[in-house]
Amino acid sequence: MTKLPDAEKLCEQLAAELKPRIGPKSAMVGLYTGGAWLAERLHAMLGIKAPLGLMDIAFYRDDYAARGLKHDPKRTKIPFEVDGSELLLVDDVLYSGRTVRAAMNELFDYGRPASISLVVLADRGGRQLPISAQYVGAKVEVPHGMRLTLKRAGDGKLALSMESERAA
Amino acid sequence: MQRNPQLNEKGELQHLLSIEGLPREILLQILDTAESFAGVTEREVKKVPLLRGKSVFNLFFEPSTRTRTTFEIAAKRLSADVINLNITVSSATKGESLLDTVANLSAMQADIFVVRHEASGAPFLIARHVKPHEHVINAGDGRHAHPTQGLLDLFTIRHYKKDFARLTVAIVGDVLHSRVARSLIHGLTTLGTPEVRVIAPQTLLPAGVEALGVRVFHDMREGLRDCDVVVMLRLQNERMRGALLPSAQEFFKHYGLTAEKLALAKRDAIVMHPGPMNRGVEIDSTVADGPHSVILPQVTFGIAVRMAVMSIVAGN
Repeated sequence: MTKLPDAEKLCEQLAAELKPRIGPKSAMVGLYTGGAWLAERLHAMLGIKAPLGLMDIAFYRDDYAARGLKHDPKRTKIPFEVDGSELLLVDDVLYSGRTVRAAMNELFDYGRPASISLVVLADRGGRQLPISAQYVGAKVEVPHGMRLTLKRAGDGKLALSMESERAA
Repeated sequence: MQRNPQLNEKGELQHLLSIEGLPREILLQILDTAESFAGVTEREVKKVPLLRGKSVFNLFFEPSTRTRTTFEIAAKRLSADVINLNITVSSATKGESLLDTVANLSAMQADIFVVRHEASGAPFLIARHVKPHEHVINAGDGRHAHPTQGLLDLFTIRHYKKDFARLTVAIVGDVLHSRVARSLIHGLTTLGTPEVRVIAPQTLLPAGVEALGVRVFHDMREGLRDCDVVVMLRLQNERMRGALLPSAQEFFKHYGLTAEKLALAKRDAIVMHPGPMNRGVEIDSTVADGPHSVILPQVTFGIAVRMAVMSIVAGN
């Protein structure tokens, strides 16, 4: 199996890339679960003034009719004014783009941001929607039938992991 | 073994008919999901697109304002279309049978039936006859069950008290006629509440109530001692047949909640009531409007809980 990139290094690399773009209107929203862990890190490293937003897109998914509501959706918390903000939307892995679409729909129910940029730790390709990320930690090739996820260890260390889709 | 009529073959919630017989995991799933919906109801845009294109039929064979309205709001916040049918002034009075009414609504492409009926078991009957993609939610059947009220009571208790594992909960008043009490008792015991008390005169207690796992008190002062949660029930005049009580004044004297009696409960006790309240009969105004009362938050939480129930059943 190919060696996966070091999530900790990618995180630092993303922070360095984002640093010059942070301004007074910057705000950040992380998508549960992996994106929220990454966003917690980046938000602290970048010293963004607006408190961190966390979002669970369970109520905006496009596969509800086929799969129903997922168990234990987390409560979305957007503790800043979305209107006019320059939003950094953070997720761990970008794949079909459907999660990002759902997240943007939910964000617009909170207000009209001045802009949204997408930040992801890993882009595994396979897009089904016209969506792309502005800040990408690494491009990772993932074999068919496998899932790429971010894990957080007990000590808070982040790591990418590959597993069979069936096991998840 | 016969399957629980509320669950599908995968053990997921297909209809919500009664809290009785629902596993702990499903109760927690509903409460957790409601917690997330409570966030939605605090936003400026209080709507999510989950049930877009679905039709919710509110079938009320018995009058109700609060329950029907909160179901309607919940369905609308899920982007469903809501059709309210007040059957007491409709086909039922022309002699149409319950199942014919439902079959006709099904032909109008219903997805969810929210049913209130004076006959215990009516929602069960409907659930047995609907199509696989249709879902039934019991909004109160006779003296039997009122599961969404029970769930919103559980949600309220968990909101203020965090954990059921150390609580003493007292349910006071007309337990005999109360479907709310029955649903709540099942929910509390399933979630591991160590002490559930009922406080009522013997004439307003169902026979064998102890079998539900409650402690019975006839003396209110004794029963309220060190309680964390006090749930007052409405004295149901419209369900009373025969002389179960001397008078409303007499009832208030013995079983009405006053500030003085409430002082026997814990200092941080919360007071709940499913509404509508009879002030001066089961509860004194100073308590109903006082600092321990969470009666109005209950109503607000009821919307999130009903959103959770509808979105869970419609997805299964």
